[in-house]
Amino acid sequence: MRKPVFLVIINNNFNDVERRQPLEKAVHRRTQRSTELTVLGIETSCDETSAAVVRDGTLLSNSTATQLFHSAYGGVVPELASRAHQQRIVPVVEEALRVAGIGKEELDAIAAVYGPGLVGSILVGLSFGKAMALGLGLPFVGVNHMEAHIVSNLIESPRPDFPFMNLTVSGGHTQLVLVKGPLEYEILGETKDDAVGEAFDKVAKMLGLGYPGGPLIDRYAAKGDRTFVNFPRPYLEEGSLEFSFSGLKTAVLYYLKRIGFQKAQHRVVELNPEGYEEFLANVCASFQAAVVDVLVDKTALAAKRYGVKDIAVAGGVAANSELRKRMQHAAEYFGLRVFVPRFEYCTDNGAMVAMVGYLRSHEGKSSSLELTAEPSLALH
Amino acid sequence: MVRTSLTTASPGETLQVAREFASRLQRGDVVALSGELGAGKTHFVKGVCEALGVQSAVTSPTFVLLNRYQGRDSRGEELLLYHLDLYRIKSVEEIYDIGYEEFFYGNGICLVEWAELLGALMPPARFDIRISAGEEERRRHIEIEQVGSQLPHLRTAKVRSS
Repeated sequence: MRKPVFLVIINNNFNDVERRQPLEKAVHRRTQRSTELTVLGIETSCDETSAAVVRDGTLLSNSTATQLFHSAYGGVVPELASRAHQQRIVPVVEEALRVAGIGKEELDAIAAVYGPGLVGSILVGLSFGKAMALGLGLPFVGVNHMEAHIVSNLIESPRPDFPFMNLTVSGGHTQLVLVKGPLEYEILGETKDDAVGEAFDKVAKMLGLGYPGGPLIDRYAAKGDRTFVNFPRPYLEEGSLEFSFSGLKTAVLYYLKRIGFQKAQHRVVELNPEGYEEFLANVCASFQAAVVDVLVDKTALAAKRYGVKDIAVAGGVAANSELRKRMQHAAEYFGLRVFVPRFEYCTDNGAMVAMVGYLRSHEGKSSSLELTAEPSLALH
Repeated sequence: MVRTSLTTASPGETLQVAREFASRLQRGDVVALSGELGAGKTHFVKGVCEALGVQSAVTSPTFVLLNRYQGRDSRGEELLLYHLDLYRIKSVEEIYDIGYEEFFYGNGICLVEWAELLGALMPPARFDIRISAGEEERRRHIEIEQVGSQLPHLRTAKVRSS
């Protein structure tokens, strides 16, 4: 028997009027349609159940469900289960429509992610979206999750100008993409093994910090010495725009083994808690510096190589403070601008899906209702 | 039971062991990999996939749980490889949710990282690969064991019932 759960839906704060300017005309330069277009976007590719409404390039709502379990019942609610999405999808979509202040009949298209991601999770949002489109007699737009991350930088102003260099970094993805124009992409580099966020999670686990590792390492690193350990920078062959973080993860593991971290850990915590905290901070700072060096250098190299003026960072790891800071420094040095979406659009969200749905609908494009989930879908 | 133990001195040697191991695999086989973080489980899977003609990139499925690759068997026919990673799994229920029967008792080859988390779902007929770190940074001990091989009927029965 599944334990009863409370469903908590978090809505974005829309008080910030400045940022809510609609997409500039440049984005939809290719069409002359001026009719109002309202699109619902659904995202269920991994842990998050999220839905959002975009009208004419302006975001009206973005509702994301987080599952909390009642402490009296205890037990862990499996975050990954597609059943969790099934429980959340209806209330989340209803909430997105309610906040947007529109009824289903006012929608012009339904968009949902069809890959990449966890097949069971994708299927829930995709099937729901297709069924809703069929029921309402509306066009359906299948959205690539990686494309949605890129478009997260177009949700609010200020927005990067085309063409721009996009770095998507998250728990599951590490990708450098040249965004030539709206809906026009060229992948320049991807990870050959582990994603950045995964490396953060696993190193945090080795250090006994907990999950999710990204924010924890970020917090420790802020107080640490980044030159404490000189971890290898996985640049691969010269000029390469590909990434690899598995070796760096192993380097941290061997460093900890070499100094006898696991054996000494508990004794040190007792004897010298402050020293222990300082040690953790130093290792986190050193590891994070190695990751950020590679991310920033490759993105700057790519921006220079393709002669673009703007850099956009997307995905959950875009929230990392060191990455933001160092990307900003590099950009200033090279005379470039850096764009990072607000945190709620860095992590998986319906807003970016609704925005892609809007852009595609605006070009008169839609997908077949026979579209199926593609867990390993590539960006094209 | 057939058990092989060996030590590799570099990631390249580990790949070579994995490639040779791949030649023993047949359709319907399940390979259960275990070993701590950074032991080289994904690296081993890379070697197996390479030997079985997978052209696409073999990356860590930690986040998405499952990667699916298109390979070729010894007769050049299409072969599906399922690459599972149970690192993020919190309960066996989640393994039911991803439809494990399709991968374990299907017509492809299934490679499972963090297989120890399978518990009762562990297929009785399988290959166990245990990788552990050596004293030196690049050295690895690899143990390959064929489990349940004397019971081929068990495997066939499972395929039929799925």
